[in-house]
Amino acid sequence: MAKRGFVDRLPVVHQLRQSVGLQRGMLVAGLVLALVFLLVALLAPWLAPYSYNQLRGPDGLFGSQQPPSPEHLLGTTVGGYDVLSRTIWGAQTALFVVVVAILLSVFIGILLGLISGYVGGWLDRVLVVIADAIYSFPSLLLAIVAAIAVSGGQSGLVPGVLSAAIAITVVFIPQYLRVVRAEVVRVKSEAFVESAKVIGASTWRIMFRHVLRNSTRSLPLIVTLNASEAIATLAALGFLGFGIEPTAAAEWGYDLKESIGDVSAGIWWTAIPPGTAIVLTILGITLIGESLNDLADPRLRARRRAAKQTPADAVAASQPVAREIMGEVE
Amino acid sequence: MTTSEVAPVDQPPPLLAASRSKSGGGKLGRYLLTRFLLIFVTVAILVTVVFFMIRLTGDPITAALGGRLPADQLAERIREAGFDRPIIVQYIEYLGQIFTGDFGTTLTDRQPVIDVLVRYGTATAELAFYALIVAFVVGIPLGLVAAAKRDKAPDAALRVGAILFYATPVFFSGLVAKLIFSVWLGWFPVSGRANVRTEIALNRSGGSGFYIIDAIASGNPAYVQDVLAHAVLPAMTLGLAIAGVFLRLVRTNVIGTFNMPYIDAARSRGVSEYRLVRKHAYKPALIPIVTVIGLQIAILLAGAVLTETTFEWQGIGFQLARYLAARDFVAVQAIVVMIAIIVAVTNFIVDVIAAFLDPRVRY
Repeated sequence: MAKRGFVDRLPVVHQLRQSVGLQRGMLVAGLVLALVFLLVALLAPWLAPYSYNQLRGPDGLFGSQQPPSPEHLLGTTVGGYDVLSRTIWGAQTALFVVVVAILLSVFIGILLGLISGYVGGWLDRVLVVIADAIYSFPSLLLAIVAAIAVSGGQSGLVPGVLSAAIAITVVFIPQYLRVVRAEVVRVKSEAFVESAKVIGASTWRIMFRHVLRNSTRSLPLIVTLNASEAIATLAALGFLGFGIEPTAAAEWGYDLKESIGDVSAGIWWTAIPPGTAIVLTILGITLIGESLNDLADPRLRARRRAAKQTPADAVAASQPVAREIMGEVE
Repeated sequence: MTTSEVAPVDQPPPLLAASRSKSGGGKLGRYLLTRFLLIFVTVAILVTVVFFMIRLTGDPITAALGGRLPADQLAERIREAGFDRPIIVQYIEYLGQIFTGDFGTTLTDRQPVIDVLVRYGTATAELAFYALIVAFVVGIPLGLVAAAKRDKAPDAALRVGAILFYATPVFFSGLVAKLIFSVWLGWFPVSGRANVRTEIALNRSGGSGFYIIDAIASGNPAYVQDVLAHAVLPAMTLGLAIAGVFLRLVRTNVIGTFNMPYIDAARSRGVSEYRLVRKHAYKPALIPIVTVIGLQIAILLAGAVLTETTFEWQGIGFQLARYLAARDFVAVQAIVVMIAIIVAVTNFIVDVIAAFLDPRVRY
């Protein structure tokens, strides 16, 4: 393939250039939503009119279930908090939990997958059976159990956020283990690993330098998809009462749980804002993940019409039979 | 969840599925036996994980009642329940109990857990059944349409719609549906499985616990109507969430099948486009979907827990949330373990069906 410029080789930029039509639209929409989420999360202290645990302003208490007004653009909750502020601060909590959960699960999952795939034998079989058992189980229930284990259902700021993150981590580890293990098993039998052994490289060096580096190609996609799942799980935990206390941090799922009663009374402003925030965030990340997934698979990639094609595009656009002739193995 | 949705493209469709399944009888038997034994392995692993995770925080009695009882009474109850013995002894005892179908007694309201499971399990099963009907009726035809109109306007609209449904947590879509259709428009009841009067009437006559069956059996059309009216919103909420998953699965599988060489071969022989789609692509694409859909039981159950909480549908999930709030971890553990058993058994059944449909699964 012809050389690509540096900018073009950056992960998302390349896919953006590769995409056309609807797929490009979905990718761009996803990127915009994700960017807005990131900005809101990072700038929450400056964007939010009040703090997430603020109950009173200069004129005294905010009051409970106040309808939207100039002071409170989206009204107040049953607990007397400002809805808009808690929705904005909620982005920060979500971002924090997602980042911690993904970092932890990627680290532990890769390590276990590497060991499982490279060492093999009974250790491999045991790890895979355990991972499969955990993977087949409803992730939400596992997250609940994990949340009990980490915090006993208690919920301060750091323990609450951490326990949610760890609970989500437990759910994700089996996925990374399976994916990395499959790749490791494939890479292990390649000639360059054999060569490294012949030269006398240590097992650790082979595992981390030769095998690991060639086994992580599908991870970015799973990370993206898991990020949206992490936000959904966090919200579901909060909705079932494993949220973070309102005084410790703002959490969308917890606010939705509090609004069940409001909805029956016809109060819309406590439920819609945090719910919409969840939907838009998950939507943005999912759109990115879906687009990357489709673009990674030539059979699902929308075909570019007309000229200005690189040879690679021509391969992608051709029928499978033609690709085999060109020497590309499925 | 996410990986299983991406995976099906890579499975070529089963060719000539049923006709060959008889030839490898011995192998099939051994495969089914292995899968059957795997149920016990899976359940044992999950029970172990759940048991030790919940015990990490200490004994359940302190968790549930700590601070509400004086220390000496607390110690007395801990000793009475046997929570002061070494954890490994308790673990082995617990395994034995589960094997004999004894899940223990809830701490907060002192009920045998098995009673709780039986009483509320039917409600969850009823909700799951309605939701599956909605998901099948909505998800599969729309998935076929999306695949046939690939990359055109209907496909684009359906895919964005499916992602939107996927992105919306069931508890939020449930709340919105409740707000619009129950509170503002007043078309449906706000929550519960039936009106109080209907519930009393249905429970008095004994019955199966499936309200719709009991209502039809009672012969009173008012009861049937009441039960159905209560079921509409929860069933739609959960069903549409799963329909989004089905739609994506069907679409990806059918498109994958379209790319198979034998479709090209059929097209080059002059088979009409319509026949190509209906006869050559749909059938082989839909067979693996049947099994993949069976594996969505985990999503269905997790979704049921949340939907029940939203609509105060008195099922297992609603009880789970209640026991969680009361910090009754004995009950939580029992409910989680029972769901593990249901999932493992369902997966086994799905594997059996898959083995009969597709001989290659057995290898």
